[in-house]
Formats: sequence, C-alpha cells, structure tokens
Amino acid sequence: MSASFVLDGKPVAFAAGQTIIQAALAAGVYIPHLCFHPEFKPHGSCKLCTVEVDGRQTAACTTLAQAGMTVQSDTPALNDERLTLIEMLFVEGNHFCPSCEKSGACKLQATAYDLGMMSAHFDHFFPNRPVDASHPDVLLDFNRCILCSLCVRASRDVDRKNAFALSGRGIRTHLIVNAKSGRLADTDVTLQDKAVQVCPVGVFLRKDQGFTVPIGKRVFDLKPVSAYVDASDAIGKD
Amino acid sequence: MSAVAATLAETVAATVARYGGDPHYVLQMLREIQEACDWIPPEAIDLLQQELGLPRTKIEGVAGFYAFLYTRPRGRYRVLFSDNITDRMLGNMELIEHMCEQLWVERGKTSEDGLVSIDTASCTGMCDQGPALLVNNYAITRLTRARVDAICELIRKKVALADWPQEFFRVDDQLRRKDVLLASEQAPGDALTAALARGAQAMILELKASNLRGRGGAGFSTGQKWQACREAQGGAHYVVCNADEGEPGTFKDRVLLTAQADLVFEGMTLCAFAVGARKGMLYLRGEYRYLLERLNAILERRRRCNLLGGSILGRDGFDFDIEIHLGAGAYVCGEESALIESLEGKRGTPRNRPPFPVTCGYLGEPTVVNNVETFAASCLVAQRGGAWYAGIGTGASAGTKILSVCGDCARPGLYEYPFGVRVREVLEDCGATGVQAVQVSGPSGVCLAAAEFDRRIAFEDVPTAGAFMVFDHSRDMFEVARNFVHFFAHESCGFCTPCRVGTSLLRNLMDKLKNGHGSLYDFAEIEKLNRILQSMSHCGLGHTACNPVLDTIAKFRPAYERRLQHKEFKPAFNLDWALEPARQMTGRDDSGAHFTAGAEEGG
Repeated sequence: MSASFVLDGKPVAFAAGQTIIQAALAAGVYIPHLCFHPEFKPHGSCKLCTVEVDGRQTAACTTLAQAGMTVQSDTPALNDERLTLIEMLFVEGNHFCPSCEKSGACKLQATAYDLGMMSAHFDHFFPNRPVDASHPDVLLDFNRCILCSLCVRASRDVDRKNAFALSGRGIRTHLIVNAKSGRLADTDVTLQDKAVQVCPVGVFLRKDQGFTVPIGKRVFDLKPVSAYVDASDAIGKD
Repeated sequence: MSAVAATLAETVAATVARYGGDPHYVLQMLREIQEACDWIPPEAIDLLQQELGLPRTKIEGVAGFYAFLYTRPRGRYRVLFSDNITDRMLGNMELIEHMCEQLWVERGKTSEDGLVSIDTASCTGMCDQGPALLVNNYAITRLTRARVDAICELIRKKVALADWPQEFFRVDDQLRRKDVLLASEQAPGDALTAALARGAQAMILELKASNLRGRGGAGFSTGQKWQACREAQGGAHYVVCNADEGEPGTFKDRVLLTAQADLVFEGMTLCAFAVGARKGMLYLRGEYRYLLERLNAILERRRRCNLLGGSILGRDGFDFDIEIHLGAGAYVCGEESALIESLEGKRGTPRNRPPFPVTCGYLGEPTVVNNVETFAASCLVAQRGGAWYAGIGTGASAGTKILSVCGDCARPGLYEYPFGVRVREVLEDCGATGVQAVQVSGPSGVCLAAAEFDRRIAFEDVPTAGAFMVFDHSRDMFEVARNFVHFFAHESCGFCTPCRVGTSLLRNLMDKLKNGHGSLYDFAEIEKLNRILQSMSHCGLGHTACNPVLDTIAKFRPAYERRLQHKEFKPAFNLDWALEPARQMTGRDDSGAHFTAGAEEGG
C-alpha cells in the first residue's frame, strides 16, 4: 500500500521521492504550472504551482510529498495570487496574443484564461527585445520569453548542446544562445532539438510553416489547460 | 596573432593556471581578467571556453549576473558611488552629478574616449565614513567636493590608481565600544590549542553549551549546525565563511576582518577540526577587494605558524587550509545557498531547500556556512568555555552582538554590546539626538519608531545582522523606504517571478508616489504586491523586500499620505515627461518643447 496525503480534501497516493505536483498529476489533479515539465528536473522559478502545505506556502514542484500532509491548491486565495503572477509575466515581456502564432497553443495564455485574467492589470514594461531571425529553420522571439528555463534544461540534459542559458540579473534576466555572435544561426541547434519543442510560450517558432492548425481548433481552444491536467504533450503538437 | 591578442591569451592562460584550470573558479578568473583588461572581452571568453571546456552560455551567464563584471567596454576608471540612504543623506547625489559634469560623462555611460564610466552601486559598506565610492573596485571614503575634484583631475591626467593619494583609500575601524570579542587579546593558536586538548566532539558540546547562535541574522544554533555537518556523510566536508555583508548599513565584518582577522580564520579552523574538513573558503564581498592582499598575508603567516596546512599544531591528520573568494557585486550571494553557487563559479541563484548546506553544500558535500562574527565568537567559546559565554547576554541570546551604527549620530562606527541592550542606550552612546527612527538589520530588517526605543537587541525581541541606521526628524521616511525598494529591485536575482517582477513593480509604484501621481488605489496596490512577495518568493530577499514599505506605512503613514494627492486613480504616465527623450535628442528646453496645455492637473 502506498502512502498518501490530502490535496484539497481528497487523498492522493504517492511514491517515495515524488513531489507534490508529480503525485497530483499522476492522480489526475491539475495544479497550475509553467516552468514544471514532467521530463525535466524541477526548477521552481515561476512559482505558479505554489500550494499551501500545512498552512505554509511552497512550490508544489520542488516540495516532496509526505504522508499525512494537508495540501491546499484550488482555493480562491491561491488562485488570486497565481493570477497576479500571470499578470506579472504579461507586463514583463511583450505578449501580443492576437497576432501570435502560438495563440491557442500557449500555456501562458491558456493559464491566464483559466485563472480568469481580463487584463494585464499592471503597467507594461515594454522591454526592448530584438528577435533573432538568423537561423534557417527557427525564429527566436525573445519578447515572449517567461524565463522558465525549459529550453535551457532540455538543451543541457537531452540535446547535450548547452545551446541556451539565462544571463543578466533581476528584471534584466534574459535568454542567451551559445554563440560568440549571440545569433542562433551560429549554434548547432536544429528543429529536432528538444529545446526547440519544449517552450511553453512562443519563443521558438518554426519558420517554414504557420497556422497549420487554424485558430479556434488549437489545443487550448478545444479545452482549457486545467482539463489537460498536464498539457506538456499537447502543446508540442500544434 | 596581434600583440594585443597575444597579451590577452597570456593573461587568460596565467589566470586559468593560477586556479589549476578548475572550472569552479570561473568567477574568480573572470574577475581577474577584468582587473587586467578593464572589462571581459568576448575573446577572453573564447579562451576560457577552450581552456576550461565550459560552454560559452555558462560563462556568459555568470559574467552577466554580477554587477561588477562588464561584458561591454567600460571606462579605464570605473567609478561607482555607493548609494545607500546614508550616502544620500551625506549628499552623494550632488557629488555624482558634479563628477559627471566635470568629466563630461553621463551617469551609467562610458565617456567617448573610454577613459571613465560613472554610476551608482548598492551600499559599499563604508556608511560610517561616507559618502563613499569604488574606483575599479577599490574603496574611497569621506568624499567631499574637493576630493571629487581631485579625483577628476587624477582621472583626466590618467594617473595610475596605485599612485593616487593613499589618504583617499583610508578606511578607519572606528571601534567605539568593545566587549569580549572586539577587546579579545587572544593570541593566534590559543583557541585551537584549547580545542585540540578538548577533542572535536567536546568542542561541539562546548559550543552547544554556549548557546552561540548564527550572527548573520537567522540565529541558528552554531553547535547544532556543526554537529549536523560532522554527522553528515560525504566524500569531503567544507567550511565556508560568509563575508558577503551586503545588507545596506552593515560594515562589522569589514572591521572584524581588519581588527580581528585571526579570530575569524581560527574559528574556521576550529570548525574544520570539529566537522572534519580539509578545505575552507572565505567569501569576501567584492566591495572589500582592498582587504584581499592583507588577508592573504595573514593566511600565509598562519601557515608558517602551523595554524593552517598539514598536521596543524602537530596533530596528525588535521590538515586544513583556507582560500579567499571574491564576490563581484551581488547582494543575494549573502544567502548561504546562493553563496555556495557563487563559490562553485555559477550565477548566485538561491537553491531549492531542503536539502540544506550542512548535508548538501559546496559541490554537494556537507558544508558549514557561518557568518564572520560567528566564527570569531567560536574562538572565545573554545578558549573560555561554553558556560562562561552563555552567561553573557540574555537567556535566548547568548554573548555579544556587534552593531554597525551610522546615519544621524555624532559617533558612527562599531559598537559591541551584550545581547539585550536597549535601542535607546545605543542611541545615547552614539550621540544621536532628535531621533525619528532606527532601521535595524538593514532594509530587510525592521524600522523602529521612537515609541519602540526601549526594545532590546536580541533574537527574542529585535534580531539583527548588525546594521543600525539612525534617522533624525529632518528625514523623510518615505524616501528612506523608496531607497530600500530600489535596492531590492536592483539586487533581485531574477530567478522567481514574484521577486523579479514584483520588486520592479514596487519600485515603479514608489516612484509614482514620489512624482505626485499617487492615490489610495496605489496604496492598495503596494499592499497587494507586498503580500505576493512575502508568500510566493523563492528566498529571503523577496520575502523581506516589502519590509521597509510595510514598516514605514505602519509607523510613518503621514509621510505616505502627503504623497496621495489624488482621490481617484491617476496613471503614472505623463505627457510632458514622455517628451523628455525628444527634448534631449533635439537639445531643446523651451516652452514649446513642453506640454503645458491647460496645465494638466498634477502634470
């Protein structure tokens, strides 16, 4: 018999070494998340999966499940704070959903809808982030980057290329590529790289095709992100 | 290869060789390359990449994290004015403006001829003798207009830094009140001899009996920490001394490393004996670069006296040595797990905890991280016993605490008191009159108003890492809080969303209030951001970034209310300010270049 903890009033079984979010996803319970991906080492930076464990807030992706713990996740108070985090991500970058090729297949947008976001609320920062169109197959649009580090981890752990990293600090933190020129064309990145496919937003765009799945029929047009429980597989398909 | 390229190659090769080609020292290598080249050219990163086998992304990621490392050309003279609130109170803003005018350079930019760049930096730890600045990371204190003029002249004449008047670089200890630690006359080796006679486990028991608690602010039991590390399984154990005192208003570690450096190193050696470590590292904040050679000389002397190295004091198998790592301008590295990341040559991002450093620290091995003052105090315990030490201070806070006092007082400097001293007593001793508020333990600490001056400095009442900034009635507490909020926004590491974005939003809101566009709506926004920072941030920096605002709102509300001139929401946007870039570009400032139509309200 496996051990269990209580999540939003219901028992959730877990295996030793599983984090709260891993156990929840396995049990079919959605906890909002952006920087978490089941195939990669948890990062704990977006903080969207913050839950309340025995009265204390902590990230569900980095906290190990323990028998008997009481976890609150789907509460108005937590969802309200998560909504604020999403608003923060929207004003930090330049996100123009109506004209974005990833609209309808973007986890940021989908999570914003799911949490009931009506506007970005805060004043926009409007950072200056030039795009990198140097690569023959991949367009890099840094305007949409939410600094989740998934491409960094995928390139390091799966592709073994270390093609990406975060540089800068604080609000100036930004994604860099592994080339003296700073251009993607001068790296060994290819369309087949996991790093190119794992982005939850629209930083990595395939050049030679667009809108193959029409708007309105994309993964998050069909059902909300919470209904997927873990949408990691779904977003790669569009 | 050109001569310049050949020189660069030699510089990089020599630097890499000095650190045995170990990629964990890449931060130290980058720092040294910058000392030689005035910045870190891309060709230097090419060479490091080849020599160390590190991906370029990793090296650039590190170089981009630290405020004192430059991957774009900067001036040959890189001037950074310390911008703590106490520097502001002493007039640093007029001085920086004056220097920029004298040298024809815009703040934050490099002069056209590449000679000089001028900017601000977070508190450089010279608050008791400010205003202060750093030039190429060397501290200059007691700035006056005359001194700034002299500096401008030296820069114009391209005088080498080594030939500048030594008086400019004078840093005084200003020991105002000594107690058991600052007055200690322990000779090097005394504490170690006592500990060796007692034995490692008995040394830890003595520490536990002393009730010594960590002096970095958190107050964890030192004996328990050492015990846990001793018991932790690992291939090696490490001792780390946290001398990255970046909390604005704190400068006690600087003085301890000047006046009692032997106690600090001996405390680290005691710890090594207790936990079974062979290697120790002292992480010195980059602002204290000027201490590096002296500290290395002391280490060298201790090696000669067999207080470091192999078979210390003749004890077979007791081998231990200490090396000094320099930081490069990152407050967050004062957080112990971020400090360890930095020691490993990485970006100073706090780790997910648990596991804690005592089981999984430097290179994943058991590591004790203690504050400078904690290590020094452990020597007193080793020599005079735990019971004696526990008898000083209060029940929950044994021993003494060193306060670094600055701001509006006649005698700024270091004051060591037994724990339990009242704030009022410190104020009297330092000659502070007409005091409105005291910020204890820096921006992340607590702001005390006059009604609270009978409270005591102790873990159970007002805990502190050491900072004690005094503000008299002439000071605007809103401006104090705004300075601290800017500090946190500048020092956020950028890892987690709430702190990365939240501290900038908070900064913008405080600036909006300052600019006269504040309403009750903004007040509610500030409180909302504070809540998110406190509950969702990854580390203590985010958790405490709202403290100065929360405290000053609670205790000095009129300072805020003066700024809330509007009943209804006002946008931060202002048409006339939006024209400023256009005015700058066209060099115009006449009335036609200003938006004054109907004198827009609040405009």
